[in-house]
Amino acid sequence: MAILEIRDLTYAYPVTEKPALRNVSLDLEEGQFLAVIGSNGAGKSTLCYTIAGFVPHFFKGKLEGQVRVGGVDSEHAHLNDFVQKVGLVFQNPFNQISGSKFTVYEEIAFGLENRGMPRDEMKQRIDRIMEVTGIQDLGDRSPYALSGGQQQRVALASILVLQPSILVLDEPTSQLDPIGTREVFQVIKSMSQQGITIIMAEHKIEWVAEFADRIVALADGEILMLGSPAEVLTSPSLTEHGIGISRYTATARRALNEDLWPSKRPLPVKLDEAIEGFREILS
Amino acid sequence: MKIEIEDLYFSYPGGVEALSGVSLKVEPGELVAIVGQNGAGKTTLVRHLNGLLQPTRGGVHVGDWDTRQHTVAQLASRVGYVFQNPDEQLFCRSVKDEVRFGPQNLKYPSDRIDELVIKSLALTGLIGKENTNPYDLSPTWRKMVALASILAMDTPIVILDEPTTGQDAASILRIAEIVTELKRDGKSVLTITHDIDFCAENFYRLIVMGKGKVLLDGPMHQILAQDEILKSTYVDPPQLTRLGLGLGLPGIVCHQDEFIDLLRRPESP
Repeated sequence: MAILEIRDLTYAYPVTEKPALRNVSLDLEEGQFLAVIGSNGAGKSTLCYTIAGFVPHFFKGKLEGQVRVGGVDSEHAHLNDFVQKVGLVFQNPFNQISGSKFTVYEEIAFGLENRGMPRDEMKQRIDRIMEVTGIQDLGDRSPYALSGGQQQRVALASILVLQPSILVLDEPTSQLDPIGTREVFQVIKSMSQQGITIIMAEHKIEWVAEFADRIVALADGEILMLGSPAEVLTSPSLTEHGIGISRYTATARRALNEDLWPSKRPLPVKLDEAIEGFREILS
Repeated sequence: MKIEIEDLYFSYPGGVEALSGVSLKVEPGELVAIVGQNGAGKTTLVRHLNGLLQPTRGGVHVGDWDTRQHTVAQLASRVGYVFQNPDEQLFCRSVKDEVRFGPQNLKYPSDRIDELVIKSLALTGLIGKENTNPYDLSPTWRKMVALASILAMDTPIVILDEPTTGQDAASILRIAEIVTELKRDGKSVLTITHDIDFCAENFYRLIVMGKGKVLLDGPMHQILAQDEILKSTYVDPPQLTRLGLGLGLPGIVCHQDEFIDLLRRPESP
């Protein structure tokens, strides 16, 4: 069943003329992991906001076309209908922290409190999610007295704890070190394996290649490509539109031009694929 | 201009020891990348260079100045610091004002200010956006404004704190070009980053920090060869280094050019 259906979506923010998204159509099955790539300003965040209902219900502006999220028709819905189903992790964790709580523990409890969850159940969930996101030692700290990486984990935890059926993440690892990035991708992958639908805007192509099921590449508000990681991430049009590709793909493409990559083999997106191909050349 | 850090200790109020005996020297014109896990002390270390933090113990010299005997304002003429988050440093109403502010404050002659402002705007791709309010620009471009406002101060030392975070391929390329340009002008550039591919391709010296200490410090290729220690610090080798190792190629690969050369003649050392 398609949990997300977007049809001919065109959207412009208030007092802007140029739409941030144009003619976007996209379906997503329940439990899929979709990565959204594109250069800055391509519309990645706007797409995330649309799926989470922030566009148009918080940002206003002009929306044409249809957006159905988990059976809810965005046009006739209220932001409230979304928050029960969709969780959005902001690009800048600072923008997400409520500002009304003194400790990380309370911050993570905020969403559950609003739902009126019983205290014991709440504590169980929070303890578990703090462990999963690796912030169990930060419970008593102020959400503002944290490093960028720690804050980003708190922002993630405060959404995961709500157990949304659709999880939207806008560059959730931008401030994390490589090990933190891996941990977050693994947490998200395991959520996806539990049937949670994932939509993630991300620049880190190497990670996207390893974890995502499908990729949508945006350029200037429009869908440039939509498909499997192998299809999308080896397309020459990404580079033409200023979208990064993995070093493996870039190096193999150059090697192919110099007869140093097997001409019949598809270009690699991952390390093991690159090793296999270049091994053929070296042998 | 030389940087000398001697046995530096720093504890934050509240007692967390963030630096535990760091010593290092940076010669004029060096390109140095500092990597390590979140909480390793990278930002704490570089904030000593422009006096934002003062040593709890040990000393920091920038050229002939002991940072304890100079104000942040004085040190600003020697050390330019581009913050990780541009919103922490931007405050003017237009890009031009923002970029002019630094050199004006340093009381450079006005023709030199004009020249520096134009050069910085050109390097960061901001020509045509001079009159825009920085907050009307996307975060990517705000980062470029922050960078331009520091470049315009023409300091002998430039610190880039996580310059590639959240940037797309085109702006990462632009930042790499700026680093090359700074090197050409004889300036020292220190960067803190998690982007090891960016480090390997653009910097010559690599410092690995962990738990407030310098764990490794040396030429890029040499440090990337220490894969056991790197693994213990959770620093993943760059993609091309991993590819080279996976194929059993000799030496450590940092650049695409090196890799292609090795493919052509795999037998030679």
